[in-house]
Amino acid sequence: MSRLLLKGGRVIDPVNKRDEVADLLVEDGRIAEVKPGIEAGDSEVIDCSGKLVCPGFLDIHVHLREPGFEESETISSGTAAAAAGGFTGVCCMPNTSPPADNASVIEYILEVAERKAAVPVYPIGAVTRGQEGKELAEIGEMVEAGAVAVTDDGSCVMSSKLMRRAMEYASTFGIKVIQHAEDHSLTEGGVANEGAIGTMLGLSPMPGVAEEIIVRRDIALAEYLKLPVHIAHISVAGAVRAVREAKERGVQVTCEVTPHHFTLSDAAIEEFDTNTKMNPPLRAAEDVEECARGLADGTIDCIATDHAPHHVDKKNLEFDLAAFGITGLETCVGLTFDRLVHREFFDFNRMVELLAVNPAKIIGLDRGHLTVGAEAFVTILDPEAEWTVRAEASKSLSRNTPFDGWRLKGAPAGVVIGGKAILP
Amino acid sequence: MEIGREIRELMSTKELDAALTDIAGQIDKGIPDGKLILIGIRRRGAPLAERLSAKLRALGRDVNVGILDITLYRDDLSEIGPVPMVGRTDISFKITGYPLVLVDDVLFTGRTVRAALDCLNDFGRPKLIHLAALVDRGGRELPIAANYVSLAVTVAAGQTVLVMVRELDGEDRVVLLEVDPEIEED
Amino acid sequence: MSWKQRHLLGIRHLEAREITAILDQAEAFAEISTREIKKVPALMGRTVINLFYEPSTRTRTSFEIAEKRLSADVYNFNASSSSVVKGETLVDTILNLEAMSPDVIVVRHSYAGAPDLIRRNSSASVVNAGDGSCEHPTQALLDALTIRQRKGSIEGLRVAIVGDILHSRVARSNIFLLQKLGASVSIAGPRTFLPREIETLGVEVHGRIEPAIEGADVVMILRIQLERGGATSFPSLREYFRVFGLTRERLKLAKDDSIVMHPGPMNRGVEIESAVADGPYSVILEQVTNGVAVRMAVLYLIGGGGSVSAAS
Repeated sequence: MSRLLLKGGRVIDPVNKRDEVADLLVEDGRIAEVKPGIEAGDSEVIDCSGKLVCPGFLDIHVHLREPGFEESETISSGTAAAAAGGFTGVCCMPNTSPPADNASVIEYILEVAERKAAVPVYPIGAVTRGQEGKELAEIGEMVEAGAVAVTDDGSCVMSSKLMRRAMEYASTFGIKVIQHAEDHSLTEGGVANEGAIGTMLGLSPMPGVAEEIIVRRDIALAEYLKLPVHIAHISVAGAVRAVREAKERGVQVTCEVTPHHFTLSDAAIEEFDTNTKMNPPLRAAEDVEECARGLADGTIDCIATDHAPHHVDKKNLEFDLAAFGITGLETCVGLTFDRLVHREFFDFNRMVELLAVNPAKIIGLDRGHLTVGAEAFVTILDPEAEWTVRAEASKSLSRNTPFDGWRLKGAPAGVVIGGKAILP
Repeated sequence: MEIGREIRELMSTKELDAALTDIAGQIDKGIPDGKLILIGIRRRGAPLAERLSAKLRALGRDVNVGILDITLYRDDLSEIGPVPMVGRTDISFKITGYPLVLVDDVLFTGRTVRAALDCLNDFGRPKLIHLAALVDRGGRELPIAANYVSLAVTVAAGQTVLVMVRELDGEDRVVLLEVDPEIEED
Repeated sequence: MSWKQRHLLGIRHLEAREITAILDQAEAFAEISTREIKKVPALMGRTVINLFYEPSTRTRTSFEIAEKRLSADVYNFNASSSSVVKGETLVDTILNLEAMSPDVIVVRHSYAGAPDLIRRNSSASVVNAGDGSCEHPTQALLDALTIRQRKGSIEGLRVAIVGDILHSRVARSNIFLLQKLGASVSIAGPRTFLPREIETLGVEVHGRIEPAIEGADVVMILRIQLERGGATSFPSLREYFRVFGLTRERLKLAKDDSIVMHPGPMNRGVEIESAVADGPYSVILEQVTNGVAVRMAVLYLIGGGGSVSAAS
């Protein structure tokens, strides 16, 4: 019997309506007891005084790049970064090479994860073959092999007919379609948000309305079909407002936002730093504010990093040519604390909802709670820790972050997965 | 323009005008015949050249006057930090074959004159080049001498000679000044 | 004033007094081009590399003339050269050039921000000769010099810029410069050619050419750039000329002593009527002459001083 005692932390467990200073005992990888004053006995003790003890965080939007782009990241390095960032599980995106559009790639990913991943990996399959947006992929087989959702992320499912069929077909297997909302005909050739900054710098535009159009369309489909849809990386005020209105009408729409979209605006692009280039692009200040508001008022359901590692060769290029994307696993918790919690947009409980409870609910996993008897996934946080982001110390293979050198208050302080603690 | 404290006056307004009259006379004797060219070295040589030309014309001479900015020909251009601003050179007549007098306010190391000679080379080949300086303060670093001088003076370290002209400074005077050795002379 | 900038990446990085200093220096350098021996030793021994990724005869020649009149050692590197054709990245090209210790790199590139990337990877001074749709600072400077010569000063003038503003680096650099020197700028073009929120740059925006030109002291006509995605933005060149072309008729709306400018090369009969381009109000050829003087001034200020280690 292996025992792990997390002692004296503030246990925040919204599902079980718990928020109190208590000890948490893990026995053989399951939650055994949660109450103040547990006897240590022969347990390994982790002192959590001054810290928060939460259900393990789950990042439902991560690019692990394996198979095919192992120079940028592998399942091993990506999950190590996840654990360092305070996550106890990730959902990985299918735009690998070959793309995860069939059962054998899903099986491959799970097999590698079994051997090398630091945290559990839940693969997301492609909606269409090759993510080309033309024909449905073998969604049923992928679910059987272990896929937990489908998306063509990287690309939008542009055809309304195909999106409808995908939503209907996916529902057969009890999974959701995650939409990367972008009307490609409006953003073709674009590299930055269409607005004052893009205009000043002469950068090809990616108008925010391209996101809003697809979000509104998919909300209409969800309402019409009475089926759920999840919007990936929402970034534009108009899209957030559309989701808010739709939820008021009872439409089954959920959405996620990335830390960079609630932190940076397009003003960050000033010197053409390619670590400010991603898709969706950094938006205007009003959009950033609306995202923060949306997280607080329940419109936006969760935070997901869209961790998109790229080897330096893909980023050390002209802005137009650089790949889209930045890393995010190791800066997510710090930015959430520093930019939102400590600025009083919402409290610790909401933070746990956004990073543990809701992601699990959206994907349909039995996680995000510290119920006695459940498998033990725990995230420990230090809300007061002041630290500096150092890109070269990252566990990811890639260094593409715009936050290098940032001083943040609030940091992950360790995770527990299956009875074993991984501490910083 | 303030460089430092004035130690003593070397020429009053009247004395400066008399000195220029004297130099004009020297030039008239030194180059007795034909049209001659005066080139003032920017900045203070320029108004002096204008005045000299007026005096020479009053003596019946045919004179062309031009201005030369030597900034681009300085031998220390690549050593100093931020580049100095370049002034306009204006020599809109031919100089080849004519006697030419370079006019400067103070002759010191000789490097300014060397730069002026290099610049003139690009404009043509004068018959001869003479140098007129209002003040010679010694301290030559190159084998250069003035043909026409009004005042020779020894200047100690930490001091400099300033030829003030009403076009730039509001009055005509020559003074000896205390100077912070770091400040560059004009 | 003392010049402090090591690079010229864009007008947006310059203060008004720095712009004025460049124009004043350009006047001094213009004189050199009237001499018989059009050469001064200001950049003697300096290595200048013209790194042109986009085809350009006039800008590159103008820079080359300026560089050689300053006695610099000049090397031209064109996009069709073998290393680029073989797929060498911009950074690799710069690192290779760096090994030859260039003092100044003059770069024209089709992507915005390329000069910034070069600056981060080289110890040379960088002069932007046009980066994508972002900026073309020496063009705006020579335009400003031309205006100043004809009009005395730029402050208080009404300037109209007409054409494909969206894709135009000349428009952006000119808007920044003219605003900084106190002119009021109106822009006009079909809506498809007007960038979003361009009014945040302080310009008056018009959908037709007539209101922009009315009472203008300076009319600046931009090239319609078919190679930059013009095809879906307006239906035909003929229609563009009819609605937006600068004709003699339309020019009457401007002030009687107005001047007409164009960065070149012109599409005669598309954005400008030949009679106007060749007419008495046109200063197009003066712009070209001023190009050399302005580029000499810029190269002197940026490349002419202390060695890299002394200046930094």
